[in-house]
Amino acid sequence: MTMTAMTETTPDSYVTSAESAATPDRAPTGSGQKGAPPIPPLQESKTGLETGTVGNIEARHPFMIAEDVNVYYGDNHALRDVSLEIGKKEVIALIGPSGCGKSTFLRCLNRMNDSIESARVTGRITLDGKDIYRKEQDPVALRARVGMVFQKPNPFPKSIYDNVAYGPRIHGLAADRAELDAIVHTSLERAGLLNEVKDRLDEPGTSLSGGQQQRLCIARTIAVNPEVILMDEPCSALDPIATARIEDLMDELCEDYAIVIVTHSMQQAARVSRRVAYFHLGLLIEVDETDKIFTNPRHKLTEDYITGRIG
Amino acid sequence: MANELTTREKVNRGLGRRRRKELAFKTIGLLATGVGVLFLGVFFATLIGKGASAFQQTFVQLEIELSRDVIAPDGEIDLAYADFDGLVRNALRREFPDVSGRSERRELYRLVSIGAGYQLRDLVAGDPDLVGTTQRLWVPASSNVDMLIKGNIDPSLDESLRPLSDQQVGWVRALQQDGMIEKRFNRALFTNGDSREPELAGIKGAMMGSFYMLLVTLVLAFPIGVAAAIYLEEFAPRNRWSDLIEVNINNLAAVPSIVFGLLGLAVFIDWMALPRSAPLVGGLVLTLLTLPVIIIASRAAIKAVPPSIREAALGLGASSTQVVFHHVLPLAMPGMLTGAIIGMSRALGESAPLLMIGMVAFIVDVPGGLTDPATALPVQIYLWADSPERAFAERTSAAIIVLLAFLLMMNLAAVILRKRMEKRW
Repeated sequence: MTMTAMTETTPDSYVTSAESAATPDRAPTGSGQKGAPPIPPLQESKTGLETGTVGNIEARHPFMIAEDVNVYYGDNHALRDVSLEIGKKEVIALIGPSGCGKSTFLRCLNRMNDSIESARVTGRITLDGKDIYRKEQDPVALRARVGMVFQKPNPFPKSIYDNVAYGPRIHGLAADRAELDAIVHTSLERAGLLNEVKDRLDEPGTSLSGGQQQRLCIARTIAVNPEVILMDEPCSALDPIATARIEDLMDELCEDYAIVIVTHSMQQAARVSRRVAYFHLGLLIEVDETDKIFTNPRHKLTEDYITGRIG
Repeated sequence: MANELTTREKVNRGLGRRRRKELAFKTIGLLATGVGVLFLGVFFATLIGKGASAFQQTFVQLEIELSRDVIAPDGEIDLAYADFDGLVRNALRREFPDVSGRSERRELYRLVSIGAGYQLRDLVAGDPDLVGTTQRLWVPASSNVDMLIKGNIDPSLDESLRPLSDQQVGWVRALQQDGMIEKRFNRALFTNGDSREPELAGIKGAMMGSFYMLLVTLVLAFPIGVAAAIYLEEFAPRNRWSDLIEVNINNLAAVPSIVFGLLGLAVFIDWMALPRSAPLVGGLVLTLLTLPVIIIASRAAIKAVPPSIREAALGLGASSTQVVFHHVLPLAMPGMLTGAIIGMSRALGESAPLLMIGMVAFIVDVPGGLTDPATALPVQIYLWADSPERAFAERTSAAIIVLLAFLLMMNLAAVILRKRMEKRW
């Protein structure tokens, strides 16, 4: 079942799954301008499974599109020919066993891999039609549009206020102090943190609890008003109550932002995301609407993973 | 069940051996620490035992007539040529009227330091109205009298084996009985420059020399070191060149300090024609010496900044320069400052390179600037330790105490600074 074969034998289910963009999976050869190299077979190929993304990589209102993205860390080929669309105001969850490349893919989307010297990225990732890896693209400007929340809450060792105000300050978003105050307050409010911290904005951000710190990090990210928020396992260091709060927050935030979340918790993916992408050993195995992935996975590997046989 | 028991038995069998090993290790550690503390204690005890007496100085009270004839022979006060020493001698003669004969009088005059004349001159310069009056003044005793009073000269020895004659000892005892000899705080030690006369020798010149040198070192080494560390750690590409630079910086830190002195002599004095014996050159040499220490400490401090902070800032769209100056530097600053202060205290204690650039000269004047000839505290210690006079031995120890006090203060400052800056976060 190669990709091209799938495109030709379009099953009806695909058409219904994506109303606006009814085309099924693109073959890498069709979308990649440079002509992608052949996909190396998976280790599991001896079981009869072949590689290539199944499901539907297309989003309803795509504005960030990855095409044939390959990432190498030195000699390690960490991500192979990943193509995926991210739509406006949707939550897409990246799942898969450890070391499958989902975090690597996430970090490609705002060029956080730039800071790793051995990392090399090929392929195309476009934001509003423009390649974010083109020469003129300033990663600073990109990261103002594509924000990131990390696995471990990492507030700056500064006051709560300064944490949130940092992004607007460096980008010059506020003309005066009053405007900055307004941004900080709205951001904290949207992150659901304002009521807890409004009387102690001068206290260090590190004095908050883990869950509060993570919400502070989210507030800090949305203070810059990005279009996409990348979340790299944002709840893995949090207790269930704090996790629930962050998940509620994501539900609210996706009214304005696209959220790409990497998670190890399938329940979380099921709860918060509209679409799910399953990665395995650097390959994007399957992408589809969340309920389809969890009720009717198409690929054997996806099924094995969500039923607990891998990972 | 049987298996479990055997496991437990095995564990129990090994327990005794483990405990013995632990005890042995603890004992060895305790012994090692004890030996260290013991040596430190002996060191401080001998140092303070020898040097504490130098902070006191013997003074003789004399009734000195500030005769107008001597001080202002032509009607005007003549500070430069007036015979102030003669006034002191007159006073001594009046104190012991029965001393006659040239050599006896000369012996009598040797009880009082030649600094007494200078003291009178300064007194008159400060208050000209005193001319013509008679004052009871405490003037410094000579170093031999000082040593006798402090018990460093044994009067029971044969006369030929000690610097004071029986007659001189007798005069001192007579003065003592009249309450005219007293030990007072030795201000000269902190207000004078070096001198051939131990009772007049002070460490102010050396302290100022050290101060100016450290000033130059701090102003140059800290910014250069921190900038180099930031560049190497945050911006430099990792390749063969940066590896080479890193290895060489680490090697520089291990280069014997006297080699830096030779380098300073060749480059700063011979080639750049900077003045010899000047704190400026000393500071430059110590900068070279301190730079690797500061660079290594600063790099370690930068490395210790958690990568999560860097990522957070990068993720918000901070440029790498902003990441460094807004986040990395404030967090690394305590470590950098500690490294700098430790480097500076090493520079303060350094003497070998200064010998090479002429800071070992005998310099009486307190330096007033970066280009005045000067010595430094450790060099002063070296110079005094080399002096034959008995009284310089205690001054050597006193100077060491002062140097150690400065080192201790600097290290304390490093600790306090680190503590305070860390608390702020």
